[in-house]
Amino acid sequence: MNTIVALQPAWLREGAASFLARYEGLRARLPGDTAVREAGAAAFRARGLPGVRDEAWHYTSLRPLAETRFAEPLTAIAACDRLMARLPAIDAPRLVFVDGRYRDDLSVVPGAVAVRVGGPAYGSLAQPERDNMVALNTMLTGDGAAIEVAAGADGGTLLLVSLGSGGTAERPIAFHPRHALHLGRAARLALIEVAIGEGVYLHNPVLEATLEEGAVLTHLRLQDESRAAFHLATLYADIAAGASYDGFTLAVGARLGRLEVHARLAGRGAAAHVNAAQLLGGRQHGDVTSVITHDAPACISRQTVKNVLSGHARGVFQGRIAVARDAQKTDGYQMNQALLLSPDAEVDSKPELQIHADDVKCSHGATVGELDAEQLFYLRSRGIAATDARAMLVRAFLGGALEPIAHEAGRRALEAAIDQWWESEAA
Amino acid sequence: MSHAADPAGTVEAVTRTPYKWGFATEIETELAPKGLNPDIIRLISARKEEPAWLLDWRLAAFTAWQAMAEPHWAHVHHPPIDYQDLHYYAAPKRRAGPARLEDVDPELLATYEKLGIPLRERAILAGVEPAAGEAAPVAVDAVFDSVSVATTFRATLAKAGVIFCPISDAVREHPDLVRKYLGSVVPQGDNFYAALNSAVFTDGSFVYVPPGVRCPMELSTYFRINARNTGQFERTLIIADAGSHVSYLEGCTAPQRDENQLHAAVVELVALDDAQIKYSTVQNWYPGDAEGRGGIYNFVTKRGACRGARSRISWTQVETGSAITWKYPSCILAGDDSVGEFYSVAVTTNRQQADTGTKMIHIGRNTRSTIVSKGISAGRSDNTYRGLVRIMPKAAGARNHTQCDSLLIGDRCGAHTVPYIESRNPTAKVEHEATTSKIADDQLFYCRQRGLSEEDAVNLIVNGFCKEVLKELPMEFAVEAQKLLAVSLEGSVG
Repeated sequence: MNTIVALQPAWLREGAASFLARYEGLRARLPGDTAVREAGAAAFRARGLPGVRDEAWHYTSLRPLAETRFAEPLTAIAACDRLMARLPAIDAPRLVFVDGRYRDDLSVVPGAVAVRVGGPAYGSLAQPERDNMVALNTMLTGDGAAIEVAAGADGGTLLLVSLGSGGTAERPIAFHPRHALHLGRAARLALIEVAIGEGVYLHNPVLEATLEEGAVLTHLRLQDESRAAFHLATLYADIAAGASYDGFTLAVGARLGRLEVHARLAGRGAAAHVNAAQLLGGRQHGDVTSVITHDAPACISRQTVKNVLSGHARGVFQGRIAVARDAQKTDGYQMNQALLLSPDAEVDSKPELQIHADDVKCSHGATVGELDAEQLFYLRSRGIAATDARAMLVRAFLGGALEPIAHEAGRRALEAAIDQWWESEAA
Repeated sequence: MSHAADPAGTVEAVTRTPYKWGFATEIETELAPKGLNPDIIRLISARKEEPAWLLDWRLAAFTAWQAMAEPHWAHVHHPPIDYQDLHYYAAPKRRAGPARLEDVDPELLATYEKLGIPLRERAILAGVEPAAGEAAPVAVDAVFDSVSVATTFRATLAKAGVIFCPISDAVREHPDLVRKYLGSVVPQGDNFYAALNSAVFTDGSFVYVPPGVRCPMELSTYFRINARNTGQFERTLIIADAGSHVSYLEGCTAPQRDENQLHAAVVELVALDDAQIKYSTVQNWYPGDAEGRGGIYNFVTKRGACRGARSRISWTQVETGSAITWKYPSCILAGDDSVGEFYSVAVTTNRQQADTGTKMIHIGRNTRSTIVSKGISAGRSDNTYRGLVRIMPKAAGARNHTQCDSLLIGDRCGAHTVPYIESRNPTAKVEHEATTSKIADDQLFYCRQRGLSEEDAVNLIVNGFCKEVLKELPMEFAVEAQKLLAVSLEGSVG
């Protein structure tokens, strides 16, 4: 055992050991590039599961996950009608994965986009030696989609759907889909990821997105997992000169959810929007962690992350903007706002700037507070019921984050999810 | 390349100015053998004629330290430190008897003269009142290597009931106070460097201001590391009893040496009901040369406890020295309506590294804190602001506002901002703002066009950038700090 793992508490080590044992049992049957998989396994053996002493996981303890023993998803899968009915009504082709496996019968294969499924789609951006959960994914992944949009093509809208269905409290399951996306020069795509489910499971997806020069990716994510599930997603995006990544994640589900984004602005004039909103209640824990690296001059990054927290929920935001020495004329902006709706909610925020160039314009801000009593009073005095007034103010708080989403159908789907969250909170 | 278009060049020129306080004093020094073990701790304790409880306290700290690992989360890099290769006790040899000024080695007094520290109470002894407009007298406690060599104005202060003396004297003369408060804010096992300090601290200042007393003058401690291969581990304890008020200044320098020297101090402040403590630091330890050789490793734990209702602790620091700074003066706002403030200017040039900031822990109701941090990086230095604002569940109505600005001079330096914001009370309001920029060409052009030299223009702009912090310093310190800023950045432009 190496020193990193040796210093960890026993429950964390045992959690990692159970994944390693699973790998030993399955390795002969797992598809795809064995060299990549072996490297992932070696990284996971060395690093284990991340603990809170790991700065990147300071505010998110994986203890409940480490203490759960996950099984493989069963091959015979129950019908998914109920989950399919929850999909947002967006008229577009879709790739549907159930418990991490591609389901041809539920998918509608796109025309404008080349898709390869059956086995993991390893890309070149992932860093399993640094990112523990990616090492785990690399080691145990069974399936994924490789999506390719040819140079100059407009791929339209594509849904990438994950349904979690087969896990129960007695037999929780884990799945680790591995997707890759490549947009050729000046290609366009709107990718809408939806993760929904029932029961107890770990969904640990990795997506590696490469944007060639001038490509434009709109990336909307709706995370509405089972409230008993773990959702730990990692996204890598490499954005070439003049290309634009425009991302928004709405997280309302999962018992413990985390999105980790590593976006690299690799060429002059590249742009990244890494926006997110988390609406959490009960004992949910949600984490948005991002590292936006400016590696080239004159790039723009924008990030707005909003948290609305009720019950005993805990919202975490860790965002770093790193500006390399050569990335002069960088324009970076980061805003994190949290609304605490209950006395037991907690927010932890770490907006971080790491700057090595001098001709830059970088700023960040963070605010934490409750609903403005005066605004509430104003609405109440005009005869609006307390719950409606609160809903109105919360929606206004989130409005700023949702507004820039240009994809009409996608934005409506996210708004619908927010309305639904609010109804279940009020009930 | 024209001057006006090259602020980086000016910065470079500024940073070439040699360190002015780099002389060493040839003085007979009593050194303990190198290394750290219980015997050395017993030796320190014996030399200081300490009571048994304090020796036990030190040994407990040592045991805690042995089980701890050096922290690595800060954004600083240095070769591993061999803690066994240091002298943990260095004292100027002095003649027998109490430390009356006449007994102090003249070499030593000359050193302080060179540094411009008014050790002798000349004016007062001569019965001369300070003329109007002249700075008010300042009581000074001077710490040379590990030992307090002289404290001035003790008699005047005693009349007001204020105790201001070396902590080693306080251990003997006011054991109850020391025993009650020592380690009550920074416990022995608080962190790696605080544990080390607790085990081996040799001297430092002790202040007690009785209830309702407004300390009649500024108190000041002057720290000087002189001997080679020594660490300085001073410990300062300031207690402001109910309704009292005290302002305390701290200054530091060290000779220019090629090896790195360790400075691991602990400062504890306690403010009871309605008490106010203002703690100002101008830290100018030797920063190392342009290539990063030598310089002080400044690993300091400073923390204040606002224990009483409506108490207030205010930290103001101007950090220009040290090869590495690792320092987070903090406030624990336990009393209802208590206030914590942190005003900081940190300047790094050459290859200096600073990771500094604060922690504001809001425990009581309606507690308020303000953080203003100005970081200036030049040369090949790295300057990090790292700050924590934590709102505990009972801190209803708590408020924090944080403003962090970074200024980059040159394209080989780094400026980093790492705030941690943790809120567990919905009625609390926390705001954080940070910006990073360079000296704008139009600002420079404007000043140059009005006949200011490149250097004066940069000084003016930097001073303006730091104004919010400098205005918090006591007047005579503010002047010194402005000069220091100018000297630190001298040659950075042009």
